[in-house]
Amino acid sequence: MNGLKFSRKQLGIPYAVFLIAFVVVPLLLITLYAFTKKVPADKATFTIAGESVSFAVSNFSDFFSKSANIRVLFVSFGLAIITTIVSLFIAYPVAYILSKTKFNKGGVLLVLFILPLWINFVLRTAAMKELLYFVGMYKSNSFSFINTLIGMVYDYLPFVIMPLYSVLVKIDKSYAEASADLGAKPVTTFLSVTLPLSMPGIVSAISMVLLPTTTSYVISDTLGNGNVTIVGKIIETQFLTMDNWHAGSTIALVLLVIIFLSMFLSGKFTEEEDESAGRANLW
Amino acid sequence: MSDKIIELVGISKEFDGGTLAVSDFNLHVNRGEFVTFLGPSGCGKTTTLRMIAGFEIPTSGKILLNGKDITNLPPYLRPVNTVFQRYALFPHLNVYDNIAFGLKLKKIKTTSKDKNGNVIEKFEHLKKSEIDEKVSRALKMVDLEEFEKRKVTTLSGGQQQRIAIARAIVNEPEILLLDEPLGALDLKMRKDMQLELKDMQRKLGITFIYVTHDQEEALTMSDRIVVMKDGEVQQIGTPQDIYNEPTNAFVADFIGESNIYNGTIVGDRKVRFINKVFDCVDDFEINAKVDVVVRPEDVEIVKPEEGIVSGQIVSSIFKGVHYEMIMMVGKSEVMIQSTKEVKVGDTIGIRVSPDNIHIMKRDFVSNVYDGYIDKINKVHFAEGAFECDVTQLYPGSHLDSEGYVITTAGEKIDLTNVPVRVEVGLKDIEIIDNDEDGDARGSIISIVYKGDHYQIIICTDEEEEEIVCDTEYLWNENDRVSVKIPKDKIKLTLKAVEKK
Amino acid sequence: MVKKIIGGSYITLVLFLLYAPILLLFVYSFNMSREIGIWSPEWGFDLYYKLWSNTDLMETVVNTIVLALAAGFISTVLGTMGAIGMFYSSRRVNRTMNELTKIPIINAEVVTAISIALICTMFGFGRSYASLLIGHVVLTVPFVVLSVIPKLKQMDNNLYEAVLDLGATPTKAIFLIVIPEILPGIISGFLLAINISLDDYIITSFTKPSTFKTISTYVYDAYAKGGKSSSVPALRALFAIIFVVMIAYVVIHSFIQSRKSRLEGSR
Repeated sequence: MNGLKFSRKQLGIPYAVFLIAFVVVPLLLITLYAFTKKVPADKATFTIAGESVSFAVSNFSDFFSKSANIRVLFVSFGLAIITTIVSLFIAYPVAYILSKTKFNKGGVLLVLFILPLWINFVLRTAAMKELLYFVGMYKSNSFSFINTLIGMVYDYLPFVIMPLYSVLVKIDKSYAEASADLGAKPVTTFLSVTLPLSMPGIVSAISMVLLPTTTSYVISDTLGNGNVTIVGKIIETQFLTMDNWHAGSTIALVLLVIIFLSMFLSGKFTEEEDESAGRANLW
Repeated sequence: MSDKIIELVGISKEFDGGTLAVSDFNLHVNRGEFVTFLGPSGCGKTTTLRMIAGFEIPTSGKILLNGKDITNLPPYLRPVNTVFQRYALFPHLNVYDNIAFGLKLKKIKTTSKDKNGNVIEKFEHLKKSEIDEKVSRALKMVDLEEFEKRKVTTLSGGQQQRIAIARAIVNEPEILLLDEPLGALDLKMRKDMQLELKDMQRKLGITFIYVTHDQEEALTMSDRIVVMKDGEVQQIGTPQDIYNEPTNAFVADFIGESNIYNGTIVGDRKVRFINKVFDCVDDFEINAKVDVVVRPEDVEIVKPEEGIVSGQIVSSIFKGVHYEMIMMVGKSEVMIQSTKEVKVGDTIGIRVSPDNIHIMKRDFVSNVYDGYIDKINKVHFAEGAFECDVTQLYPGSHLDSEGYVITTAGEKIDLTNVPVRVEVGLKDIEIIDNDEDGDARGSIISIVYKGDHYQIIICTDEEEEEIVCDTEYLWNENDRVSVKIPKDKIKLTLKAVEKK
Repeated sequence: MVKKIIGGSYITLVLFLLYAPILLLFVYSFNMSREIGIWSPEWGFDLYYKLWSNTDLMETVVNTIVLALAAGFISTVLGTMGAIGMFYSSRRVNRTMNELTKIPIINAEVVTAISIALICTMFGFGRSYASLLIGHVVLTVPFVVLSVIPKLKQMDNNLYEAVLDLGATPTKAIFLIVIPEILPGIISGFLLAINISLDDYIITSFTKPSTFKTISTYVYDAYAKGGKSSSVPALRALFAIIFVVMIAYVVIHSFIQSRKSRLEGSR
């Protein structure tokens, strides 16, 4: 043979290099940028990409001291939480009814609910804007928040229906039968048995939606006409408009820490596989 | 209160798609009885149980509980509890909450007097202390005391099953339904649980309706057994009745080990099977086709010259309790269970006393054979090869030029050696005076005058298969004849694959 | 019975709300009015012709598709190789790479976007097609990996060794045995990657050359911040076409699936 000992492990090397170069290092870069500040050349500790910088923690205090920023944080989280709750309330009955239908009609109908996801996200949001305009929701600026909310729920509803359905459909029918057998009326059966057993699906749905609704500013920009700002948007502004990459990185780092912390706490790292497998199952 | 606690009247259940799961089921169960529905998979026993529980609504018929019609009552309103096949213990609740589930929902009527002496009736929930007490009593009954706090998923199969039972009986139902509850347990545990369940039932006095496919289990535990097949009741009776006097071949075969043979009544209380005539006690008309059942333990082993028939032992297995041996008589096997050992290769004689020969009438309208198709699309049965129409095996198909069958879906099928079931009507057989011109041959062994025609039975030479014909001509016994059957009178069906 | 009616109507209602914007745009793609809401008596495929002749928009569409295919292809190759490599490495390596793979998925897109922008600027190809492509690959490759790994897990371990034992070179073994076994995972990963890439806005906006447009950025520019796309009614036609193509794909896909399962079932 070649003398080259080929092992399947080696196939993974390009990917490993890629991961390090374009996932790990960039995150480290963000950290670096967050802790440095642009300074005049003479005071600089070193240069990054032609910019003279030195270490500073002031980025963080700068960010958190501005009340506008705090307001944005509140709006982001508020919007995300309300969207999640509203979506859950709309999606749960849908998933429940679909899971109860016989002969896999539920699976077929589910496809109908997933279908809109195939259309470009921004286009769908634009279509929603047209509809809202059509019904007059743009007559005044005070509707911006609710328009954004409607758009968020609209765009993310299929993502909430999916995990709920896949959990509900797997619940063994004999639990509901046992509950009825023991004397529980249908409402009691739902509250005492079905709902608790569907908790993993609810948690999964929340995790699929909570983060994107905090940071995805496409919807808030399009439907809110620029009146609704969320966290993701400030990062974009800092980066693209203000060219202040340090401030942008600061906020990004804060987000990163929050994300990793909550993932770590809820041990969700393992469930991501199911999530993206779930997304993959769409296709 | 009447003795009849549950009555099923004319119950039928048809599912979407036309499957008739249960057909005309009639049964009454007495208070305190242990009744078992017994049968193979798919016979409708679980469906019937579910209709009593309320999970299925009958398509027709009535279910009466203590005289009250509960046919359409939802399960949570019936004083009936179920032990499920896979237990269905709520995984998100611990043992205590599982067992107490039904109790917490119960409302008890309480009567009290107010200050004017009037009687007030109220419906109240059970107090926590009462629930605690009932739960611990139920746990004690299933031998799992102190298990209240345990998580259901940490229990073994046997423990889960007992919790499932505890959860059901703690509600003191009038009827307890058990759907093959011992299926997932190993043999020793199953046998122990069978005795425990029977004991529990006697102590509690609750009526048990039990579903199983294990005939030994049914015989051990039941007061009465309902044997079912393909949605129909085959026989209802005590274990002794069913074992000793099965009403048809299916029940005989299903319960216990049996020897079953095709037989023919040849005289007054005389039946022929395995090519020998035996004395029996049942009276049927001459030439009636019957199923003959002889229990292996009823076969007496005697010296070859003393037996009604003799043969060689081809298999002998020690089963602990007895020896299980197989004896060949001609082409037939006889299973014998005896404490006497006979070695393989030895020749013995057997006797069966007349009242140990159980005879059941067989419906006989046509000749039925197992056959197969050969290369040139002829069907072989009764030691003969006959021209036939093989396209009837696949409706709508036709033959191509090479003799392959082309189905409506366009599939090409080669039928060589395909096993088929052959049916030929009694009137469709032509008897020919010599044994060369026909397609199958043999000797006439029986002629019976049936009023307006003669019924002739021809027996083939090697396999001793019988061909029964109705004819207006008179023949003689022992004539050598052959038969011809018109191509279109041979009915073929594919032999179904054995269902497990 | 009543329950069924209530259930059915709820589902229909939600479905209707879900499809209302889509149907609105679909209908108006055949109507020549300048604005949705104003009904013009003219009907026809005019907007579709306009779409065809709008070179700007058509170029955008082509860009988007080419980008998606390129990113999809690179992701699939990189990801499949990575998945195979990971699967056959030591547990530690496997787990580490697994965790790293999940980072772009759980991370907020903005954060990933700027991280790519940062590193590419560092290396000197800041806002270029290269950084755009890299951005899309980072976004999609984890999904490819996570699609392939389950198939690797399902695969019979002994197949690879058996083939080597019969004399094949490792390369041949990979191509003849492993790849066909995990092909469903590769294909679904590929399709998923394409779809994600087609859909993306945030990463695209951070990493693309300034004059480059994708459908996402084009629509965003037209609609965001108070804009209304009256100037580009052709977008409605584009929308309608995408919708029809997607339906066709799903219908054909599920048709193939049901035929496959019917054939397998009749065995």
